[in-house]
Amino acid sequence: MRDFSDEELERYSRHIILEDVGIEGQEKILNSKVLIIGAGGLGSPVALYLAAAGVGEIGIVDGDVVDLSNLQRQVIHTTSEVGTAKVISAKRKMEAINPNIKVTVYQTMLDASNILEIVKGYDFIIDGTDNFSAKFLINDACIIANKPYSHGGILRFGGQTMTIKPHESACYACVFDSPPPANAIPTCSSAGILGAVAGMLGTIQATEALKVIVGVGEPLYNRLLSFDAKAMSFRNINFKKNPKCRVCGGEGIKELRDYEAVVCEMKR
Amino acid sequence: MKITINGEAKELRDGLSITELLVVENVEMPEMVSVQLNDEFLKQDEYAATIVKEGDDINFLYFMGGGA
Repeated sequence: MRDFSDEELERYSRHIILEDVGIEGQEKILNSKVLIIGAGGLGSPVALYLAAAGVGEIGIVDGDVVDLSNLQRQVIHTTSEVGTAKVISAKRKMEAINPNIKVTVYQTMLDASNILEIVKGYDFIIDGTDNFSAKFLINDACIIANKPYSHGGILRFGGQTMTIKPHESACYACVFDSPPPANAIPTCSSAGILGAVAGMLGTIQATEALKVIVGVGEPLYNRLLSFDAKAMSFRNINFKKNPKCRVCGGEGIKELRDYEAVVCEMKR
Repeated sequence: MKITINGEAKELRDGLSITELLVVENVEMPEMVSVQLNDEFLKQDEYAATIVKEGDDINFLYFMGGGA
């Protein structure tokens, strides 16, 4: 067991007094490494909460710079940082909240050529991306690299998330198989997203990461949590790993490929 | 015929295929849902030939691609 400093004991006291976390659980958090892919609507709350929780090493991936239209929901970035690389902006806030953690930035977009090299250094991966080619690529890479991860998707007033334990629980492709046709896809930029809904889903993803790290509770394995914030109704849809899944079933996939990335507009 | 769709009990006429059910249930973009029938996910090319039966439990899971 590590020696907690007085500062750490005080900083993490509300975790430590939690019966299901305790000093042992907090030590697991401090020793954990989480990769957040996307420093946007989902990545912002995830990064803030995981930094605050004391996740020892956090990697954050994003190739974009902060845009004025991001600030309605991407709460880790500020008005004065418009034009700044998102990963740099995010790192500043994470280190300001918790100087004890190590933040590694990847100012790039992930593709089949670089994702495995990046994910291999982490224990848990967060999908905070905004397109299906990235979401399916992350799923494939986490299955191949055997990394547990959290899938998240949001649209308008809705959100969905599931947690995947490769080769044990159902993967994203068990449920959704392949990306939908590009011309059918409504995206947040074309269909809109209520900013606070991104926060709702992102904080669920952060909670799932911490549950898996500490080993407490029942992560969203073999179920999709889907919510509609207009009705404020939440639903779990249960399923099992598909033995014939294109990605994790049978022989499964052995090599990564990039899915077609198309800029898509909502069907009218 | 009594079935369950997205957790809600529904009364529908007999003999509907999944393709027809998507129309009856006003799913605007069928290509944007994954259909789960009694724990199994259907392939899109199975929709037309799959006839809904009394007591079936069906979920429409919508693709959500946003995050940024």
